[in-house]
Amino acid sequence: MSEQPKKPARKKVELDPRFASYRHVWVFIENERGQVHSVSWELLGEGRKLADRLGVELCGVVMAAPGERGREICREAFHYGADKCYLVQADVLRDYRNEPYTKALTDLVNAYQPEILMLGASTLGRDLAGSVATTLATGLTADCTELAIEEGGRNLAATRPTFGGSLLCTIMTQRHRPQMATVRPRVMSMPEPDPVRSGEIVEVPFSMFESDIVTKVLDFIADDTRDKPNLPFADIIVAGGRGLKKPENFQLVWDLAKVLGAEVGASRPVVQAGWVDLDRQVGQSGKTVRPKLYIAAGISGAIQHRVGMDGADVIIAINSDPNAPIFDFAHFGIVGNAMTILPALTEAFRAQLAQSRKAG
Amino acid sequence: MHSVVCIKQVPDSAQIRVHPVTNTIMRQGVPAIINPYDLFALEEALRLKDRLGGTVTVVTMGPPMAEAALRKCLSYGADDAILVSDRAFAGSDTLATSYALAATIRQIMARQPVDLIFTGKQTIDGDTAQVGPGIAKRLDYQLLTYVSRIVEVDLARKEIVVERRAEGGVQLLKTATPCLITLLEGINEMRFGDLEDLFRAARYDLQVWNREAAGIDEVEMIGLKGSPTVVSKVFAPRPRAQRAQIIETQDSEPRNLAATLLAKVFTQHPKLEKEIAKRAI
Amino acid sequence: MSEKFDVIVVGAGMAGNAAAYTLAKGGLKVLQIERGETPGSKNVQGAILYSDAIERIIPDFRETAPLERHLVEQRVWILDEASYVGSTYRSEDFNKPPYNRYTIIRAHFDQWFSKKAQEAGALTICETTVSELLLDGKRVVGVRTDRKGGEIYADAVILADGVNSRLATKAGFHPEIKPKDVALAVKEIHFLPQETIEARFNIGEEEGVVIEMAGKITQGMMGTGFLYTNKESITLGIGCMLSDFKTQKTTPYELLDKMKQHPAIAPLIAGGEMKEYAAHLIPEGGYNAVPQVFGDGWLMAGDAAMFVNGIHREGSNLAMTTGMLAAQTLIELKAAGKSFSTANLAKYKAKLDDSFVMKDLLKYRRMPDIFHKNKQFFTTYPELLSKAAQSLIRVDGIDKKTKEKEIKKSFVASRSVFGLIGDAFKLWRAVE
Repeated sequence: MSEQPKKPARKKVELDPRFASYRHVWVFIENERGQVHSVSWELLGEGRKLADRLGVELCGVVMAAPGERGREICREAFHYGADKCYLVQADVLRDYRNEPYTKALTDLVNAYQPEILMLGASTLGRDLAGSVATTLATGLTADCTELAIEEGGRNLAATRPTFGGSLLCTIMTQRHRPQMATVRPRVMSMPEPDPVRSGEIVEVPFSMFESDIVTKVLDFIADDTRDKPNLPFADIIVAGGRGLKKPENFQLVWDLAKVLGAEVGASRPVVQAGWVDLDRQVGQSGKTVRPKLYIAAGISGAIQHRVGMDGADVIIAINSDPNAPIFDFAHFGIVGNAMTILPALTEAFRAQLAQSRKAG
Repeated sequence: MHSVVCIKQVPDSAQIRVHPVTNTIMRQGVPAIINPYDLFALEEALRLKDRLGGTVTVVTMGPPMAEAALRKCLSYGADDAILVSDRAFAGSDTLATSYALAATIRQIMARQPVDLIFTGKQTIDGDTAQVGPGIAKRLDYQLLTYVSRIVEVDLARKEIVVERRAEGGVQLLKTATPCLITLLEGINEMRFGDLEDLFRAARYDLQVWNREAAGIDEVEMIGLKGSPTVVSKVFAPRPRAQRAQIIETQDSEPRNLAATLLAKVFTQHPKLEKEIAKRAI
Repeated sequence: MSEKFDVIVVGAGMAGNAAAYTLAKGGLKVLQIERGETPGSKNVQGAILYSDAIERIIPDFRETAPLERHLVEQRVWILDEASYVGSTYRSEDFNKPPYNRYTIIRAHFDQWFSKKAQEAGALTICETTVSELLLDGKRVVGVRTDRKGGEIYADAVILADGVNSRLATKAGFHPEIKPKDVALAVKEIHFLPQETIEARFNIGEEEGVVIEMAGKITQGMMGTGFLYTNKESITLGIGCMLSDFKTQKTTPYELLDKMKQHPAIAPLIAGGEMKEYAAHLIPEGGYNAVPQVFGDGWLMAGDAAMFVNGIHREGSNLAMTTGMLAAQTLIELKAAGKSFSTANLAKYKAKLDDSFVMKDLLKYRRMPDIFHKNKQFFTTYPELLSKAAQSLIRVDGIDKKTKEKEIKKSFVASRSVFGLIGDAFKLWRAVE
């Protein structure tokens, strides 16, 4: 049955008085083996806006083992906009494990009481966020596409896709603190670092005995990154969806990508059907991309996919359905059969490039 | 060995659309399916059962129609199924849901020890991946997420070794059972049940637990009361100021369409032309 | 599978569910096997339910069955390129309960029907395909499925597995269906808000309209179109004889696309969102295409046995009725301690002949052939009728007598007097 879009809550829900003094915006700076996950910087960029709006500090949380560049990472966080960094260093934090990280972060939250806590929605971030939110019995909104402070209040309005991605919803955590949110890599833009900026490092002791921690890391096997697609940072992407009808037709996407030197992406249904690897999935539960050019063939443009790519500079859509939602937000479109349009495009680009090479 | 698999029945989100005129959600004719990610969890549990013997119990918190999802799980080979259903659960967010499911699992443990709890990585309607971690926390079990392979289970020593997908690589982790594992997608393929499984699924006397049967006394921990997050509004995505420029030619010939498209794109975005030129073969 | 059953019913559509329900209620141990994920998932959506047929099986169906709208109005349109001649029948009688016909969504209805059969005691399994019948000589003794442990034995098997029953063909009970005996139909469901549908079709909540269409929309091929109003959607479709599609080389989707653009139809579906598209084969061969429907240890019901009255678009009621009769035959024989031999199962055929099923099919047996050979009914006549109607309706200063003469002349010029008489005769023969 059809439903009317929900109206904003009329009754003002009050913050539990226990949390009245909770202040400041925190961003968990995810790092492993001395490397920071870039989503943390994107979150600092977003956090800066929220902190300014609230008139509070933006703080980074850095957890690492001694010798893993903890202080340097704090300084980098200041370049990206943080005012303060809480630095927790302990041997038990050397490799990510749920137990020590959850304890360290929840202890920190209980001690310093932030009103907002954001984490990147990476495997680590999602693992940690769920445990922390449950421990703190507070609200957590995952995979947010937009964060803002509500009009006339201090609450965080976290927006994310819902109903399978057909609609967006704004979620609030009104009675509890901290308000937690995770954001996928590349959804927020990367801020420009200011190398002159500095801030305050607060070292927080953390003791937990290795013997008390149940889970042990036996090994870490690094990925072979050769031949791995890097969609989140690709400048040109050609993506295919269900409109291609058969797995054999997906070859047309590869062909066009080759001519353009582009990465190949795909929508969720064709990844699920096994036409391409999971790491090529673009969308809400796949990768978020920000290319200069995104060509979508046979992709309807449902919001699940849209949120993963509508930050692209130029979007070209090919779909046989003139009513496909993708035409609502693409820049250019061709209503037609992808199976004939793709090869034509490949040829057209090939000719174009041959010409420019001759000219250049 | 006794495993519990938590599943969720969800609308097949690929089919949900928004009505273009009234902006309402159109859910007619959208079939309800088992959250696809949960099937990987169930299959992994069944494979462990093949290896080590024992039983698999499937649990879901949902409305009465979720029974169909549970029977489907039975038809794949699960041994028992419990539907936890009560009006009091309406409006539950992930915190309230993990509370209810944790309570349910405690009830199950009271009758039969549980060695492992499996969940899918996330749901296709919520995508939050929060319930699994929530259940683990409440039961005070170790949490292993994004598990790609169960390497070894030692029931006598109550130990399990798994491979876990992390950024840039795979962690090999060892921890104690009972613990909760969320499985990565694509790691296995659901089996085709035997005729016997189908018969059993159709005849199974499904247990339906209300709030009390699930051992939930504190009602303020479930439903709307137990949900710190609340949806303040639902809306359609803002239409871009301008719809796409649709390329059309007299003859609709692919070649001409392509040529016209390129001309238009490069005229309006000259930098793009250079961008492409510098990288291609 | 060591467990044995009295009867195995292959299929959980209208015929299969009717049979399984009746058998279970009659105390027989019945196993029903459905190929699709759920009962009805393989049946094309949007259809008309005939109360009479279902009432004989489940008298109080109205209390729990998922029904869309009850029909209060029937329109018959003969379409030309951009016009149509039509008639409408609407009656408040149709608005007095108990209602005679309803629109339904097959996936929902079939699931409800199957649940009823299971509540009555039938064991129903889905996502399982019966790959072949198990034979002992010529006697059917069970089925083989595509699941492990998948051979199941029973005293009788009812084949209710739809129009393209491979099972029957494989076992030699049924020749391959001929393109001239089936229609290929496509339909779409368009979602519109309830109020919009009610305003456009001038109906109240729960009231429904069905529009049957023929004419130029089938581009000279033998076929019809239709439109049904559901609660929050409209089903529209078109189908033509498969043999005609083969010779003409048009696709059903092209026909549907054009039909949607017809000025009489486009406004009715404007603003709707097309959510489902499906194609299906419909038996149209009528009486002469019905194969042998019983044998040693087996019976056939529903579309599998080509029980469809195309001209009245009745298929689901024949399916239900034949499923019910097949079940009743088995119940009676078992009660009398008789075996399910060919000789004894002839009782089924007798029941069929005695029912409206065979009587109606017999009555219209010449229809398919006549329409096959007389395409003028789908092209020339619609055009003539359209021009005639326009001429008479248009007020342009020409006197009516002259107009009538012109109309008569146009008919004669097009078909000749002999042709006209011949056509009238053929029509009469088709329905006699």
